[in-house]
Amino acid sequence: MESAIQIQVNGQVRSWRSGTTVADLLHDLDIKAERVAVELNLEILDRATFDQRLLKDGDRLEILGFIGGGSL
Amino acid sequence: MADDRLIIAGREFKSRLWVGTGKYKDFVETQKAIEASGADVVTVAVRRVNITDRSKENLLDYIDPKRYTILPNTAGCYSVEDAVRYSRLARAAGVSDLVKLEVLGDERTLFPDTAGLIEAAKILVKEGFIVLPYTNDDPIVAQKLVDVGCPAVMPLAAPIGSGLGIRNPYNLKIIMEMIKVPIIVDAGVGTASDAAFAMELGADAVLMNTAIAGAQDPFAMAEAMKYAVHAGRLAYKAGRIPRKLYATASSPIEGML
Repeated sequence: MESAIQIQVNGQVRSWRSGTTVADLLHDLDIKAERVAVELNLEILDRATFDQRLLKDGDRLEILGFIGGGSL
Repeated sequence: MADDRLIIAGREFKSRLWVGTGKYKDFVETQKAIEASGADVVTVAVRRVNITDRSKENLLDYIDPKRYTILPNTAGCYSVEDAVRYSRLARAAGVSDLVKLEVLGDERTLFPDTAGLIEAAKILVKEGFIVLPYTNDDPIVAQKLVDVGCPAVMPLAAPIGSGLGIRNPYNLKIIMEMIKVPIIVDAGVGTASDAAFAMELGADAVLMNTAIAGAQDPFAMAEAMKYAVHAGRLAYKAGRIPRKLYATASSPIEGML
């Protein structure tokens, strides 16, 4: 049986199976990789590496995209 | 005016009206208003993706990046570090190297922290970004932004979302005369005459959001802004008459009884 890891995604802690890559996580969340930026423990990832980046217990992931905005 | 194209950092823009995508009721309204404005540059913000409710649609499903130049902003950033971080995230999200750089200094006025702005611009230009900075109507700051490598400068007309119009036309005019890169008047426009006025002063473009999105009929206002920017540009190119205190008759005296 695969062990679970705890990952903080956009501020929410969730369980994932160990061996999950960034690409797997995006797929599980139904997020299109080409529309987002991913920051793993404050490091901005190159999209081309999403399927090679293995997540580990305690990782902090931020997934950002574009929303409506002028100025704020 | 077919050849009257706006060129910034080698990129050509057809429209001199640029619009934001915030404050609309939904994406359909956003799309229709942008369509009515004729703008080909649209600003967007960078925020966390909603991971709990994936039914929410994506803005880029409605605003096609192939058709529009997507200009991500660093709205909401109050420090150099945050502005640089959001710029890098915007680039990583994959649209382009363009960024509308905002480093805000105060929540009530949303005026820029110009010292922080220059510092952030310097860092981002070195990283290859095309930095379009939202700045104050200060000609010296505008020049410093150009000196660190900004290919255009975006001075405010009035506080963001205020609708006060062109509060300091004289400073804007000085910026337009002194600064040798395109000047985009950003923020503070309330209605069509404000946009026309900015263009008549010699602005290369006008960027607005609230004036359209907040109007009672955003589509009609978007269209009004399109004509205002075009009319203002034509008037600027045409060259207005000098102001005189006394009358000059338009009809000849000769031939009168």
